[in-house]
Amino acid sequence: MIEINNIKKSYKTGSTELQVLKGVNMHVEPGELVSIMGSSGSGKSTLLNVLGLLDKYDSGSYLLNNVKMEGLSEKEAAFYRNRFLGFVFQSFNLLPFKTALENVALPLYYQKVDRKERLRKAEQYLERVGLLNWKDHYPNEMSGGQKQRVAIARSLITEPKVVLADEPTGALDSVTSEEIMALFKEVHASGMTMVVVTHENEIAAQTQRVIRLSDGLVKNQVPVL
Amino acid sequence: MFDRDKWQEIWFSIKKHKLRTFLTALGVWWGIFMLIFLMGAGKGLDNGINRLFGSVAKNSVFFSSWKTTKPYDGYRAGRYISLDMDDIEAVKNQLGHKIDDISPRLDVWSAKISRNGVNYDLRVKGELPVILNIDAIEGFEGRFLNELDVKNRRKVAILGKHTAEKMFEDIPLDSVVGQYLNIKGAEFKIAGIFRSTIREMNQAKEAEEEVFIPLTTAQQLTNRGSRIHRFACTINKDHDIYAVEDEILALLKERHHVAPDDKRGVRSDNLAEEFAEIQGLLTGINLLTWIVGIGSLMAGVIGVGNIMLIVVKERTREIGIRKALGATPREIISMILLESVSITTVAGYLGLLSGTGIIALFNFALGDGGLEFYANPQVTPGVVLGSLFILIIAGFLSGLVPAKQAAQVDPVVALKDE
Repeated sequence: MIEINNIKKSYKTGSTELQVLKGVNMHVEPGELVSIMGSSGSGKSTLLNVLGLLDKYDSGSYLLNNVKMEGLSEKEAAFYRNRFLGFVFQSFNLLPFKTALENVALPLYYQKVDRKERLRKAEQYLERVGLLNWKDHYPNEMSGGQKQRVAIARSLITEPKVVLADEPTGALDSVTSEEIMALFKEVHASGMTMVVVTHENEIAAQTQRVIRLSDGLVKNQVPVL
Repeated sequence: MFDRDKWQEIWFSIKKHKLRTFLTALGVWWGIFMLIFLMGAGKGLDNGINRLFGSVAKNSVFFSSWKTTKPYDGYRAGRYISLDMDDIEAVKNQLGHKIDDISPRLDVWSAKISRNGVNYDLRVKGELPVILNIDAIEGFEGRFLNELDVKNRRKVAILGKHTAEKMFEDIPLDSVVGQYLNIKGAEFKIAGIFRSTIREMNQAKEAEEEVFIPLTTAQQLTNRGSRIHRFACTINKDHDIYAVEDEILALLKERHHVAPDDKRGVRSDNLAEEFAEIQGLLTGINLLTWIVGIGSLMAGVIGVGNIMLIVVKERTREIGIRKALGATPREIISMILLESVSITTVAGYLGLLSGTGIIALFNFALGDGGLEFYANPQVTPGVVLGSLFILIIAGFLSGLVPAKQAAQVDPVVALKDE
């Protein structure tokens, strides 16, 4: 599903060039649940941004769902983000002035799905994460765990190829984290390919494979037993 | 465009920052209000000036004669030139195709007018019926001069309304027609009353003091043969007023052996010149009005633009989220543009309404009379359409820079957790 070969990426800060990714190779099979670990500065955020088509890379190749992600225009990148990818963030990133239902429906808005159909589908996904009763509530009326469930529903509504989660439990207590991970595993069990970036071993241990990044390179890839 | 989600978001954004939006809208409101108000007020000045001129033909030129200042063609300087009906015929024959009307006049000097033994000091003028086409007058009671009056040298008089009121204050105006008065010892029957079309009171009163009698009657009364004092010409609109004026002057000078460069022997006054001067002034005021109006509108629009820049800054994270979820730059741009166009259009429309309202109120308060140079301020449809057009363009322009900024938001930066 994801094939990355020798991806390099550097940032220019003033006169010095900072090489963040120094030739990353990795792949994710369809239906796999993998985690990416690494200390801060290891390049895992940058790698996730590249995977999420939010950032460009300098060299190497990136195949997503067997489509070459190279030299994309803003519009094309927006299209693939919308069709192929679902995002789950540490800070949820729900729009504060939209209800849970409208937040979940938002990605379909950018697919020009009509409002009625959008909201109908959003109800389905809210039910799947167990929050149908909360559909008319605004994010500031919900707990962190609930917000993350809404965000997960939003990431799934477009039926993406891959869900990318960036520290999805980073802002949650351990009990809620467990609930979210249980939901992730449930989604994974239904056949979804998922990549979770985390620095918590307990979270990584619940995935099938851990990709460890260090200093811009993949240090090792360990299957979790 | 008519997408519920989009409008909902705009509504939310406006609602969230009520004061800020209000102040921004106030700028645009004031701009359009000023523009409309100034234009309406300017139109009042325009109307006032026009009223001052009444129905006087604005293409008229007046010719008269006086003393020569230069010797010419064997004649000495200081000779008095007299115009007569032969001059009128000559002008008609040679330049008739370039003029619409020609109206000679003979002033009856020191005409003693009396009724029932009371004397009045009034200006009596020998005229032809055609004066009605040139001067700012119209019939009020009875009839005006006609060709038979002129042909038969009838002793009839047409009184100005003011004179009629003064001389016949003991009887109602409508029974003045048919009465008699004495001019230079001869009895004249009053055939009609005229009034001025100038709507400025003092000027109108002055014009309505005159008494018209047939030109031929005046010539006989003063023993002056076919002599005239002056004549007025209206120039055909297909011809240049100044050129025809010069041609007529040249013709008259030639007929009376006046040096071509003598400015006093035969002279002319051009109403068009005077009118053009005032028109020029009005155009200047109009231009100033647009500059000031558009200036204050621009200030309002720049205000909207500034606020939208702040809005974009504040909504950076939201824009980042939208981009991550698949919003194209175009969709982001249209979102911001729609918001700025909405604010400017609504605020501007209210400005338009209040400006028009104030002008209407002004007009109502001034009533029919108005002031000397001022009457009926009004907002013309052209001004309304023009400012609506400016409004939409302005809203669009004010949103353009912020929208571009929004489209360039980098989701990586926008979504960074601090």
